[in-house]
Amino acid sequence: MAYTEEELKKELETKEYEYGFYTDIESETFPVGLDESIVKAISKKKEEPEWMTEWRLEAYKVWKSMEEPDWANVKYQKPDFQAIAYYSAPTVVDPNKTLDDVDPDLLAMYKKLGISVDEQKKMNNVAMDIVVDSVSVATTFKKTLGEKGIIFMSISEAIKEHPELVKKYIGTVVPTTDNYYAALNSAVFSDGSFCYIPKGVRCPMELSTYFRINQAGTGQFERTLVIADKDSYVSYLEGCTAPSRDENQLHAAVVELVALDQAEIKYSTVQNWFPGNKNGKGGVFNFVTKRGICHKNSKISWTQVETGSAVTWKYPSCILKGDNSVGEFYSIAVTNNYQQADTGTKMIHLGKNTKSTIISKGISAGKSQNSYRGLVQINSRAENARNFSQCDSLLMGNKCGAHTFPYIEVKNKTAMVEHEASTSKIGEDQIFYCNQRGIDTEKAIALIVNGFSKEVLNKLPMEFAVEAQKLLEISLEGSVG
Amino acid sequence: MLSIDNLHASVEGKSILNGINLDVKAGEIHAIMGPNGSGKSTLSSVIAGNEDYEVTKGDIVFKNENIIELSAEERAHKGIFMSFQYPIEIPGVTVTNFIKTAINSNLKARGESEMPANKMLKKIREKAELLEIDSRFLSRSLNEGFSGGEKKRNEIFQMAMLEPSLSILDETDSGLDIDALKVVANGVNKLKNKDNAVIVITHYQRLLDYIIPDFVHVLHEGKIVKSGDKSLAHELEEKGYDWIK
Repeated sequence: MAYTEEELKKELETKEYEYGFYTDIESETFPVGLDESIVKAISKKKEEPEWMTEWRLEAYKVWKSMEEPDWANVKYQKPDFQAIAYYSAPTVVDPNKTLDDVDPDLLAMYKKLGISVDEQKKMNNVAMDIVVDSVSVATTFKKTLGEKGIIFMSISEAIKEHPELVKKYIGTVVPTTDNYYAALNSAVFSDGSFCYIPKGVRCPMELSTYFRINQAGTGQFERTLVIADKDSYVSYLEGCTAPSRDENQLHAAVVELVALDQAEIKYSTVQNWFPGNKNGKGGVFNFVTKRGICHKNSKISWTQVETGSAVTWKYPSCILKGDNSVGEFYSIAVTNNYQQADTGTKMIHLGKNTKSTIISKGISAGKSQNSYRGLVQINSRAENARNFSQCDSLLMGNKCGAHTFPYIEVKNKTAMVEHEASTSKIGEDQIFYCNQRGIDTEKAIALIVNGFSKEVLNKLPMEFAVEAQKLLEISLEGSVG
Repeated sequence: MLSIDNLHASVEGKSILNGINLDVKAGEIHAIMGPNGSGKSTLSSVIAGNEDYEVTKGDIVFKNENIIELSAEERAHKGIFMSFQYPIEIPGVTVTNFIKTAINSNLKARGESEMPANKMLKKIREKAELLEIDSRFLSRSLNEGFSGGEKKRNEIFQMAMLEPSLSILDETDSGLDIDALKVVANGVNKLKNKDNAVIVITHYQRLLDYIIPDFVHVLHEGKIVKSGDKSLAHELEEKGYDWIK
């Protein structure tokens, strides 16, 4: 790929956590703790209509009656939900401001992240909706997208400007009652992205959102809603970085995708949140609910590269409701040191001739634990449903773990379900073979890991693939030797 | 070019090489023969710098430098190449990508800049043609699902690309039928010149009908017990190894 070894070396020198800085921006933070008044206050702060406030309160009630799940193959100190502040916004937000008016500290932060706003202006094919803490501060390319009738804005704005769309779809794919974290998110979500592609429109650029967690002790509760109307297409990219922090930070996002008849949504994620230090201290808790619903002849494709977070709990899923709809899940999950990941997907086949593909690549190093958990469900009316699943695990060293938990439920005998799994270890013989050809051990590991992950890397848009490859190398640095 | 002096090596505490002496000059082809378990493959691994083997005594001098302390990749950078008896699979990494990475790693180690893509491509094409390798072969995953012949041909292809000063062919003939053997031997002969040297490690004489050695050494219990010219190989073929012990 188009980066040199010098660049890699430079990055490795600062590998502790390259984005582990903290920018001191004046924030408006609510007191810690959660009750009805906080939920109301969030809604009021965001000038939301009443139906939204009610919706949040309903979710809060549901959440209060639920218990934090513990079935995942991860161990962690459960967060104290009353010790978290549920709202924090940079104080500089003003939609009428130009980028020149933006807080110089913020601009400096973008620069460190390599996503300077100046740069974005010049970029032609990637529109960025940047979320710093909880509120979107800069949205670009809105105009270009607007000409095609594409709506791409923060969900707070969308609630005000397009209430009919938000009201119609929010919570339809991930109901507030779905699970503990989804209920919590529904009650307190601070901001996130909203995207609507009108009928017959092919979105001309990759849509991209960068999430950041900045304020200490502030949970992040992003809410994303993507709607692709009939015969439309969109590719959505999501990339994440977070500053290095000692206490655990909670992240419980919800992403809902709606693909109407003949529509296609491609959703790609590169996740690089602070995984904790070498001794397993600190790091982000990532408890995410991502799900899409496919109507007739539509397609949803999830691609994820997960290298960060101390604890990951994430299952991007597809409900294949419409006949002939297609769901895909391509995943690379890397765990190193003391990271724990329990991730996979659910493919729920409801319609006839529905098809799903699952390719999961887990890479474990250090003392980490990496689990794939996936459900393939073929319902009674899903005639001729097809699924192919492939779960491969790669182990480095002898202190890490790889686990596979496949669940298959078939209620229609015309179904065809295939599951393949493999576990391998990076062999001394592979390393020696590379060494003998003049390739050092670090590079050899990168080569082997990239080869192992290739089927998934190939699914990423070009610019993301390069970034993802770099991430893989940095995440695994020093893991063999 | 290569001078091995009183080399002793062991693996897991078991002594395998017990005082090897060998001199190889530029332009020469040496054959090392011997029965199973005589230490042939250990010798090639030790020269290549495989850390599974412990050198307990002796020196290996390559191009006037003692390389005994150097890592495998440092030895590779200096121009030592080993064709593996059992080439290793690396799934998902194409033959092209692998050789590109190897060449650029070597250039970088020598303080040179990376080879431009077009030059690389040209070189790959040239060498593939020289060894009668189909271009489709180059985009397959390294050694994955390769036949015995394909694996060995791929080793020689890498040798052609890397242009080492010293090539050690470890049991290159094992698992090859006569046609594949000829193709591989023919490749080696095309790559041979007055500036490089080859050590052929083999159990059987038949490879030496195609790669003609200047010297033949017989290894027994970790020592070279007899050296001669290529007629020695024929003698071994006739009489077996027993008479030499």
